[in-house]
Amino acid sequence: MARKGKKPPAAGPPVTTVIVMRLYVAGKAPNSIKAIANLRAICRRYLKDGYKLEIIDVCEHPRRALSDGVIVTPNLAKLSPGPASSVIGNLGDTDSVLAALGLQAGDIVE
Amino acid sequence: MTTKRRAGPRLSKLATGIAGFDQLSRGGLPRNRTSLIMGGPGTGKTVFALQTLVNAAQKRKQRGIFVAFEEAPNEIFANAAAFGWPLSALARSGVFFLDARLSPTVVQSGEFELTGMLAVLEAKRRQLGATWIVLDGIDVLLALLRNSGAEMREIYRVRDWLARIGLTAIVTAKLDGDSSQTMNYGFMQFMVDCVIRFDRRLEQGVPLRRLEITKYRGSDFSAGEYPLSFDSHGMAVAAPTLADIRPKASAERVSTGFRGLDSMLGGGLFRGSTTLVTGAPGTSKTTLAGQFAARACRRAERTLFVSFDEGGERIRRNLTSVGIDLDAHVRSGLLRMYSSPTDGNDPEEHLIRIAALILDHQPRCVVIDPLSAIARTGALSSARAAGNRLLSKIRDRNITAFITSLVDGDDPQAEATELQISTIADTWIHLSYLVRGGERNRALTIVKSRGTAHSNQVRELVLSAKGPALVDVYSAGGEVLMGTLRWEKEAEERTRKLQRHAQYSQKRRELQLAEGDITARIAALQVDLDRQRAELALYARDDEARQTSSEEWESDLRRMRSVIAPATVSPESRKGRIPRISVNSSANGEEEPQRGP
Repeated sequence: MARKGKKPPAAGPPVTTVIVMRLYVAGKAPNSIKAIANLRAICRRYLKDGYKLEIIDVCEHPRRALSDGVIVTPNLAKLSPGPASSVIGNLGDTDSVLAALGLQAGDIVE
Repeated sequence: MTTKRRAGPRLSKLATGIAGFDQLSRGGLPRNRTSLIMGGPGTGKTVFALQTLVNAAQKRKQRGIFVAFEEAPNEIFANAAAFGWPLSALARSGVFFLDARLSPTVVQSGEFELTGMLAVLEAKRRQLGATWIVLDGIDVLLALLRNSGAEMREIYRVRDWLARIGLTAIVTAKLDGDSSQTMNYGFMQFMVDCVIRFDRRLEQGVPLRRLEITKYRGSDFSAGEYPLSFDSHGMAVAAPTLADIRPKASAERVSTGFRGLDSMLGGGLFRGSTTLVTGAPGTSKTTLAGQFAARACRRAERTLFVSFDEGGERIRRNLTSVGIDLDAHVRSGLLRMYSSPTDGNDPEEHLIRIAALILDHQPRCVVIDPLSAIARTGALSSARAAGNRLLSKIRDRNITAFITSLVDGDDPQAEATELQISTIADTWIHLSYLVRGGERNRALTIVKSRGTAHSNQVRELVLSAKGPALVDVYSAGGEVLMGTLRWEKEAEERTRKLQRHAQYSQKRRELQLAEGDITARIAALQVDLDRQRAELALYARDDEARQTSSEEWESDLRRMRSVIAPATVSPESRKGRIPRISVNSSANGEEEPQRGP
């Protein structure tokens, strides 16, 4: 099943919105492993607990990937808040990931 | 195992069902291997892949997966509908379409891989039991890697995956002049088992589509470029016909419509042979062709008359003026006239249309006037190929063909540099103008005629409202005489004949006269002779009479005188004394007075 990421605690910091994301990966493929690591780092640095992440391994759930229209992996989909967006690749380019998530490099939550 | 042994070392193949391609590839694409289709945009790569899938699904119940990286499935369905392929129906049963386009809003961050997609497809393949897979426009996705090393890695991944799961794959990729792309796909060509290159180019304003198998590992194939054509049923490749399926050569002779020409050809053209008529403009090539068609129709043979650049009606009118009536045959349905402009058309398209007409009309005789028109626009090499293939198609159906070709100038060899039909034609007739004595006259020569002892004489083609005719020509002093010169020569011949006749008559009359004269003279002499004989007879009688009368006279005298001796009487006086002999009376009468007193 899907590996759940960190859930925002009930008594969270002053983060107004929670970003809901889904990351599609392909087993132990190098870029997939890189993508998970890169995304975790981004979340730690910029989002703290203000996010919800579901990681789906398409090798295990191909039908799910098919119905979600996922072609290449890794594939990060931001589901909410709108508008929906998606990023493909190992998420090595932090700026483009942040832009896709509607964040800026200056929004460091510290 | 058993199937493998039965197949031996030969590669197992899956037919594409695309006309011509399975011949070129000796059976289709390699089973469980990857075939790469390369070509620029609009060359027919997607159509090739789709048609293969549709054929496999419809004819062999083989299922397939179509991964569309470039076009939306909706668009593909719409395009396929133009070929009459029920893709939306097939999508429900045998063919799965995966829309693999990335949304334009997708952001890329770093490298990615196709592992996930292949996992998805593998699951789909198991579910469907698919035999085929098409990865259409994989270059679109790979280009996002922006790294030729990564592209190469993913291509390898795809190939290994295909080999592992046992799918027969068609991978299409655009191939432009772009160097980086060419490099990668060059590499891709090493990797896959079969490479087919599609090409569309403009040659002198005419679009030409071609297909070439550039590689087929472990298999024989027809090398070289082959024309591609599209019609309402999809694509067809103009594969060369294998020589061994040609029909047997016929010994039956077919009339050209000219008795003179038939006899020059030793009795006519062979059934199923190809005749080429070359000539400069206005040398009556169409007339010759029209006469051939009219004669074929009179034998009740279905005939197809293809005219380029000139309407059928116009041709019929022009032919009527030289006494060839095709209207009746068109009305009876025996003759089908088809005309087409040649500007801006790929020669291959003419070929396809004519082939369709042949299938539809089922003619035994075909006229194409002039075939050289297809070489007028566009490239000569493609026109040559199209012309040659059209003729071999016609020949394969054992249709007797009459092809005209326009050549510049009087040298028939000019054809050899143009369409080069002359090399495959069985009979080659050349029409030319001969200018002699201030006139242009149409001359007909047989350049060659296979399997026939043909006349090497030149004949003159004479057109009149009564119909065209071939007449003998005179050669005088090593020169061929035609037109007025021929007429003069003929007139001279006639005069000489008349003179000879007159001389003869005169001599005859003279002789007759002489004979009459002699006969008359003989008659006159006969009269003389008769007179002489009569005179002689009379004389004999006279003498007798005189003998008796003189005796009587003597005795009378003696009686009167009683004493006078008979010796005193002279013979003259006695003669004159017989007045009863009247014939000599006058002559004797003259003498009488002398003797009287």
